[in-house]
Amino acid sequence: MSFLAARRRHPAAIVLVLLLGLVVTGGLYTALAPKDAKAATATADDVKAGKDLFLANCASCHGTNANGTAAGPSLVGVGAAAVDFQVGTGRMPLTQPGVQAQRNKVTMDATETKQLAAYVASLGPGPAVPATEYTNGNGNIAKGGELFRVNCAMCHNFAGSGGALTRGKFAPSLRNIEGKHIYEAMLTGPQSMPVFNDTNLSPQDKNDVIAYLHNVDNEANAGGHNLGNLGPVSEGMFAWTIGIGLLIGAAVWLGRKAA
Amino acid sequence: MSTETPARSADALRKDDDTSAPAKGAGAVGAVASWVDERTGTAKGFRYLMRKVFPDHWSFMLGEIAMYSLVILLLTGTFLTFWFVPSAGHTVYDGSYEPLKGIAMSEAYASTVDISFDVRGGLIIRQIHHWAALLFIVAIMLHMFRVFFTGAFRKPREINWIIGLTLLMLALVEGFAGYSLPDDLLSGTGLRAAEGFMLSIPVLGSYISYMVFGGGFPGEAIIPRLFTVHVLLLPAIIVGLFTAHIILVMVHKHTQYPGPGRTEKNVVGFPMMPVYIAKAGGFFFIVFGITALIAGLVTINPIWAYGPYEPTQVTAGSQPDWYMGFADGALRLLPGFLEFDLLGRTWSFNIFLGAIALIPVLFTIAGAYPFLEAWITGDKREHHILDRPRNAPTRTALGMAAISFYAVLFFAAGNDIMAIKLHLSINDITNILRLSAVILPPLVFWVTKRICLSLQRRDRDLVLHGRETGRIVRTADGRFFEAHEPLDAHTRWRLVAFESNRPLELPEGSDSNGVRRMGAAKQRLRTRLSGFWFNDRIEAVTPAELAAAHHRGEYEALEAAAVEDSHPQEFGGHLHGGAEEIGTSHAYGHLEEEKSDR
Repeated sequence: MSFLAARRRHPAAIVLVLLLGLVVTGGLYTALAPKDAKAATATADDVKAGKDLFLANCASCHGTNANGTAAGPSLVGVGAAAVDFQVGTGRMPLTQPGVQAQRNKVTMDATETKQLAAYVASLGPGPAVPATEYTNGNGNIAKGGELFRVNCAMCHNFAGSGGALTRGKFAPSLRNIEGKHIYEAMLTGPQSMPVFNDTNLSPQDKNDVIAYLHNVDNEANAGGHNLGNLGPVSEGMFAWTIGIGLLIGAAVWLGRKAA
Repeated sequence: MSTETPARSADALRKDDDTSAPAKGAGAVGAVASWVDERTGTAKGFRYLMRKVFPDHWSFMLGEIAMYSLVILLLTGTFLTFWFVPSAGHTVYDGSYEPLKGIAMSEAYASTVDISFDVRGGLIIRQIHHWAALLFIVAIMLHMFRVFFTGAFRKPREINWIIGLTLLMLALVEGFAGYSLPDDLLSGTGLRAAEGFMLSIPVLGSYISYMVFGGGFPGEAIIPRLFTVHVLLLPAIIVGLFTAHIILVMVHKHTQYPGPGRTEKNVVGFPMMPVYIAKAGGFFFIVFGITALIAGLVTINPIWAYGPYEPTQVTAGSQPDWYMGFADGALRLLPGFLEFDLLGRTWSFNIFLGAIALIPVLFTIAGAYPFLEAWITGDKREHHILDRPRNAPTRTALGMAAISFYAVLFFAAGNDIMAIKLHLSINDITNILRLSAVILPPLVFWVTKRICLSLQRRDRDLVLHGRETGRIVRTADGRFFEAHEPLDAHTRWRLVAFESNRPLELPEGSDSNGVRRMGAAKQRLRTRLSGFWFNDRIEAVTPAELAAAHHRGEYEALEAAAVEDSHPQEFGGHLHGGAEEIGTSHAYGHLEEEKSDR
């Protein structure tokens, strides 16, 4: 900090701060602005552009008419929400086949994602990208925690640290995930995940779950380092390595001390 | 005490100074001590205790770590009972932890959350308590390994070995009871699993479960019952047995590692007063300090994050604390086909074997080992000098094999965490661990035994030929030798002061009249086991061998050749021949002698 503090009156500082401000503002705008986009607002142009994107990036697995091949499922009826989730988290386009598509670098920008979603939504009715009021995480944390423990914790772990499924599949970590993507995952049930539609969990319930997860992300840890919130395994590992290591170190030191 | 003293030079004694030893009971402390002694007669015992001599070695302090952890547990546990409410009664949380506000929960859980957030210092005491519990059992197990690998369980310490094992088993149960008390999601899941384990007991299972839980799971009886077990019953038994454990250590006197001046009849070390009082007392504070440091920096069992227990809920990564991990791991490894239907009932041996049978079986084997070894060796003597692990290769190898089996089960309990952290398939991990549970112990046995024998050979080398100094000496006729420095007597003692058991010879199956001997089969078994234990062995170097090594003709010739043309005092040792000169005095010469033993 003293490095920065010492240079806060440097002539270049004002330029740097301005630059930083511009970059942050611009970055935030590009990241946040398309959030309001809904499949409903898609135009015919979006659908057409989306189709081109689809043929270029997705058709080799999902088929030229998006009705599926041996390598990928049909996308008829999966809705814009599924596209927004899969493409928006970088899972699709798939970089390589494996047991499970993993979160990855996002390759399509917001407009392209929106266009692709518009095309897929045009194939058949499916869930739309949710409205911001249900994905902003302003829900009830306590209720969300309870819903999370009832519906999600058995795979994703009590703090959303992730958990193992069979044969290399896994429930991914839910740390620092955008509310929209949490909502869409519940809505569309990607991969091994079950669908939690609006009759299972109402949009407000989903927002409560998002609120709970965001709280886990932001909450100060009362007890110290959380060891990854993985439960007793990491605690046992700590006890057997650092814990007893320190104690034995002290014993060796004391044993060497002349009487 | 203040009396007028005549003027005198600073360093001179006063005329009336008493130079004899102070009389018994002199001084304020002495006065109190004799007051107490006159009424209780404890001075003799106290003096005995204070003069007790303990040898110094870090590995002897592993048990101390366990002892101090126990003290920490008792202290912090007492603090926790002031606020903990051992009740399954329903309540709605209204404390300061926002994410649980308005959630229905048991009073036990609510009070634990209160301890964590609303009781001053409650969270750190809870974390010290839990970390100390984990470290307590780590220390017990390491202490047990030390005792096993050094042969400290031999006569007269067999009873103490069994007391120690009982303490370990009770500590596991005590830990599990504590883990189950807060009634958070994890502990409730643990209790649910425990109920399942009880139900898997053939015939009796459902009766036992109903008895323990006072009806169906979870009921309201289990938490108060566990509380009594955790804070009263088991601590009392543990402290009692621990006292017996320590008294037996006093009675037997502490064991010591072999070394010059150390015999079966003495203990070389420092007396309790003042040395060990200071060292051990200081170590208590170190252990407490380190435990508190860890507890202050690292979360353990964040019950507020787990949420209250509801039988409908479970979290991924539900594991017991590490000390129960091996049983959980056994459950995860046991194949499903062990559950089958017979006589209209389901027999869940896939659960029963790992969860119920495993612990008593392992502890019985461990408890029987000292007696098995004593029967095989027929050794009835007392042993106060410890074995170096390498000098008992088969025992060391068996111990390592057992540890490897335990470790496989232990790691299996974390198969899901390994799967997500190492990006592996949980099925592959489980199958590999299943295979390892069968293959690893024999492999580890073999490797450990070979390592022990190699280390023993190296010891022999060192004793017979000394340390290779790396100094190359050239003789007058151009030959090169490396100067070897003989070990000093102190170092050598440690390497030669051990006994190597010989395998038993099978006596004739029948006596001179052709009548079958009584117990011939038993004897045959004993002979066979003795062969397994002691066929491969390295004998300690005898004084005769040492003398021979130093006086073989070739040896002297080489030495003479070297000395002729150089300054002998520079070598400070013997010269050792080149590669082509390998004779029976060479490092591996004893191999031939060994073969003839087999």
